[in-house]
Parts: sequence; C-alpha cells; structure tokens
Amino acid sequence: MTASAIQATESSGSLPRDRSGALGRLKVWDAGFRFMTFGAASLVLFLLLGVAISLFIGALPAFRHFGLDFFISDSWSPPKERFGAAAAIYGTLATSIIAMLIGVPVGLGIAVFLTELCPPALRRPIGIAIELLAGIPSIIYGIWGVYYFKPFIMQPYVQPFIIGTLGAIPGIGALFAGPPLGYGILTAGLVLAVMILPFVTAISRDVFETVPSVLKEAAYGVGATTFEVVGNIVLPYTRVGVVGGVMLALGRALGETMAVTFVIGNATRISTSILSQGTTISAMIANQFADADPGLFTSSLLALGFILFIITFVVLALARWMLARLEVKAER
Amino acid sequence: MANLYPARKRRNAIWIGLAWVATLFGLGWLVLILGALFWNGFGGLSLDVFTKMTAPPGVAGGLLNSIVGSLIQTALGLVIAAPLGILAGTYLAEYGHYSRIAAVVRFINDILLSAPSIVVGLFVYQFCVVPFGHFSGLAGGIALAVIATPIIVRTTEDMLRLVPNTLREAASALGMPRALVIQRVAYRAVRAGLITGILLAIARMTGETAPLIFTALGNSLFTADPTQPMSSLPLIIYEFARSPYAEQQRLAWTGALIVTLAVLSLSIFARVISSSRSRGR
Repeated sequence: MTASAIQATESSGSLPRDRSGALGRLKVWDAGFRFMTFGAASLVLFLLLGVAISLFIGALPAFRHFGLDFFISDSWSPPKERFGAAAAIYGTLATSIIAMLIGVPVGLGIAVFLTELCPPALRRPIGIAIELLAGIPSIIYGIWGVYYFKPFIMQPYVQPFIIGTLGAIPGIGALFAGPPLGYGILTAGLVLAVMILPFVTAISRDVFETVPSVLKEAAYGVGATTFEVVGNIVLPYTRVGVVGGVMLALGRALGETMAVTFVIGNATRISTSILSQGTTISAMIANQFADADPGLFTSSLLALGFILFIITFVVLALARWMLARLEVKAER
Repeated sequence: MANLYPARKRRNAIWIGLAWVATLFGLGWLVLILGALFWNGFGGLSLDVFTKMTAPPGVAGGLLNSIVGSLIQTALGLVIAAPLGILAGTYLAEYGHYSRIAAVVRFINDILLSAPSIVVGLFVYQFCVVPFGHFSGLAGGIALAVIATPIIVRTTEDMLRLVPNTLREAASALGMPRALVIQRVAYRAVRAGLITGILLAIARMTGETAPLIFTALGNSLFTADPTQPMSSLPLIIYEFARSPYAEQQRLAWTGALIVTLAVLSLSIFARVISSSRSRGR
C-alpha cells in the first residue's frame, strides 16, 4: 500500500519533464504537418503554372520564328520546316462543335429522362450504365471507332446518306461533299459526342436535382405538362449550372486525343467539307511528337500544345465559374 | 381555349418520346462498345497473354511486359499522387477553408482535373525527359501522378468536409493538437471516402494513353527498371490497333478488354465502398 503510494508519487514527480517533452514534440509535429499540407497545396498551384511556363518556353522558338503566321498558315511540312497551326486549330474547333451539337441535346435528354420520367426502379441501373460510358477509357473509343463505327456505321450508312441529302442542297452542299471514306472530321465529332454525353448527363442531373420540389409541384399543380415543367421551371432555374456542365464537356472534347487520332484521318489541311479528313491539335501531337526532330519541329508541336492549353484553360475556367455561381445560389 | 389542350399534350408526348430516344441512344452505344470489346477480346484471352512478351508480327506473343509496365507506372503514379493529393486536400478542408489561397488552389485543382492529358504529357516531357535525355517509365509514372493528384485532392477535400465539426471539437477539448485531430479522428472517420478517391484515381491512370506516348514511349522488351522506356497496356493497344497484322490486332482487343474490365471494376468497387458507407449512417 505505502510502496505503491510512493511509486505513484515518484511517477507523478517525473511527469512534468516527460509531459513537456511530449508536448514539445507534439507542437513540432503539429506545425510540421500543417506546413506539409500547405506545401502540397502550393505544389498543386505550381503544377499548373509549371505546365503553362514549360510549354511556353518550349513554344517560344516557333512563335519567334513564324510570328503571327503560325496561327494563320495551314501548311505543315516538316521537311521544309514550314509549320502553321490553322488546320489543327480548325479541326479541334470543328470536331468539338459537332460533338456539342449532338452530345449536349442527347445528354440533356437523358438527364431529363432520369430526373422526371424514369420509373424509380430503373433510375439507378440506367444512371450507372451512363456513368460506365464515362468510365470507358478514351483509347477504347478509339479502337472501337476505327474497327466498328467507321467501317460499319459511317462508311456504308451515315456518310452516303448525308452526301445524298444534305450534300445535294446548293450552297451548304459543299459542307457535306466528298467521297464516303469513313474517316474524317464528322466521324471524330460523333465519337466525341458519345464520349461527352455522360458528362453532360451527370452534371445536368446533379443540377436538376437542386430544383426545389415545391417549385415543380406547384407547376404540376396548376396543370403544367412534364415538358412545360422542364422548359419553364427546371431549365430556367438551373440555366447557369447546365451551361457550366456543357462548358466542362466542351473542355473534354477540345483536349481529347486518343479517340480522335484513330478516326480523323490525320490530314493537315482545311477542307470545306466536314466529311473530309482533317486533324486536331491533340491528334497531331500524339502522332508526331515522339518522332519529331528537336528544334523548330518539336517547338512547333509544343506551341500547338500551348495553344490547346490556353483554349481549354479559358473554357474550363468559365465552366467552373458558372458552376460556382450556381453553388452560391443553392446555398442561399 | 378548348383546342389548346390537345396541342400541349401532343407537344409533351413528342418531347417525352425524344427523352426516351436519347436514353436508348446512350445505352445503345454502351451495348455496342462493350459488345465489340467482349466479342473481339474474349476469344484472345489465354494464359499466353499473361506469360509471354509482346512479339514482332508472325511470332505468337502476349502482353506480359505491357501488363507489368502498366502496374509499375500506375504504382509509381500512386506513390506520388496519393500523399500529395491527400495532404493538399487536407489543407483545403482543414486549414485553408475560405482563405483566398485555398480558393485559388481549389480553382486551379478543378482546372487540372479536366486539363487535356496530352498537355500533361508535353509538360512532363519538358520536365522529366528533356533534362535526362531519354524516355523512361519514371517519366510515365510522373505524368500519371499529375493526372491522378487533382482527383485525390478533390475527393479528400469533399470527404473531410463531411466530418461533423463536433467530432473535431470533442477531440480538441481533450487537448489533442490540430494535426492529431486530423490524423486520428478526421482521417479515420472518412477512411472509406479516401479509399474511394484513390481507387478512382487508379482507374483513371489505368486507362490513360496520351501522356505516356512521349514520356514512357513503350518498349517491346521486358523491363522492371523505371529509368528505362517502358511499355504499358494502353500504349500497346495504340500501337497494335494500327498494325496491319491480324494477331497483333487481336492482342490489341484483348488488351482493350483487360483495361476496360480493370477500369470498370475499380470504379464499381469504389462506388460500392462509398455507398455502403453512406447507407451505414
């Protein structure tokens, strides 16, 4: 009894020293951990700066050598060291516009289906199926596009049909002229449309669900049809968010590489017809970079990368800004 | 007034019909793509695929070096991205909150999240290939890490924000310093969520091709040395799919099936983990 009491006094007597040591270590660890997290966060910041700066430095020789001509010229000839970005920029924009024209309405349609029309039992499985579409790696879209979509859908059906109908209209017919090769801007745009569709659906569904039920119920209560509720209540309420989601999908479409490289035909020229072969910024980099000679050729490809980076940065920044505005609105 | 009603009903029916068509259209692509994958890839699945190296045309080969290369580079990417992403996400959720720098980091991270992967490849080429003078598996791993980090940052922050503040206050009241509150209490509360983020990042890295073309380059020989050029499944699919030889095309499809199954099962697994957790609450 006494012995244990003495022991207790002893141990408690030695406590203050241990305790201050332990507290000191904790303090160091506390500050160290905070510093580590801050360091990691700043590294993320510098990552984007690093991307921009390293690409710009690599692109500088090409920008210096060609000047503004780099953006206007569509000739791309490694042997003659003549490089212009116009064909690639045109292809990137054209494929993305086609992808948006098809992918956005379909993606929105699926989102409306999932939030307003779908039987509850099917909602989860269909939602998961659409998300699987988003999970499939882009190289799979590429190999599928070149072995199935191009020879079995585009070449025998879609392209001859378009040439026969739209191509025969005087004026805009030139846009849809040419032999049905299967490859081309339109094929790449359609594959991109399937790729971005799940992104449009996922974000639209999320923002559609932020619409307060009372608003929709009130509209149904005064006798509105489903279409009228979507058109007059849901879409106006979520407009900013939907546009943000669409811009996010546009960012994906602009930068997509593997799916496009396989089916666009990789021809460095600007044609009036969307059925003809073309190229995009990302497809050109993927095809040529590994074999490019150092010097002006490599620098020109890096300059293409820099242009793509700037375009996608602007689009994605706008998208995030719009989605953030919707979040503020939802919190209010 | 009386004849307005059928017109509204008709318009409603048309639009509802279009929404159904859109959904069937979307599901149709999924069926077509997965169908083509299984049709072409399943027949090629054999032991040889997992035990033999990629071979020149005419020689029976497998995908062993590509599978090992994919695993090594994904592991490298994960070793870099997981600590970096979790720490940065912790800063945003626990220390930064609404400060200006946290807002900037959050914005930049969201941009990186959907930045074109080919641009990431160019950056890593400038940063890790040019200084060393040659392509390497390590450069490929770093490129994958740049792609995976924003995913982990985002999920870590989102998950930590779900931890109730009362939990942190209770731990602080016991005298725990901030770092320990985060490590012993907050991390434990969201462990499933952190794992979900990491699984999603692995899934994304497994399917990435574009940033590897000019960082890891590809290699027809077996190598486990990350300073050497390294093959990977997406790269070999890219190469063999454009090959004129039937046996290489078949291997490309088999590789595509393996990659897709890996990616889809990882994302489904991640979903199961996160949904079982939220149901437990």
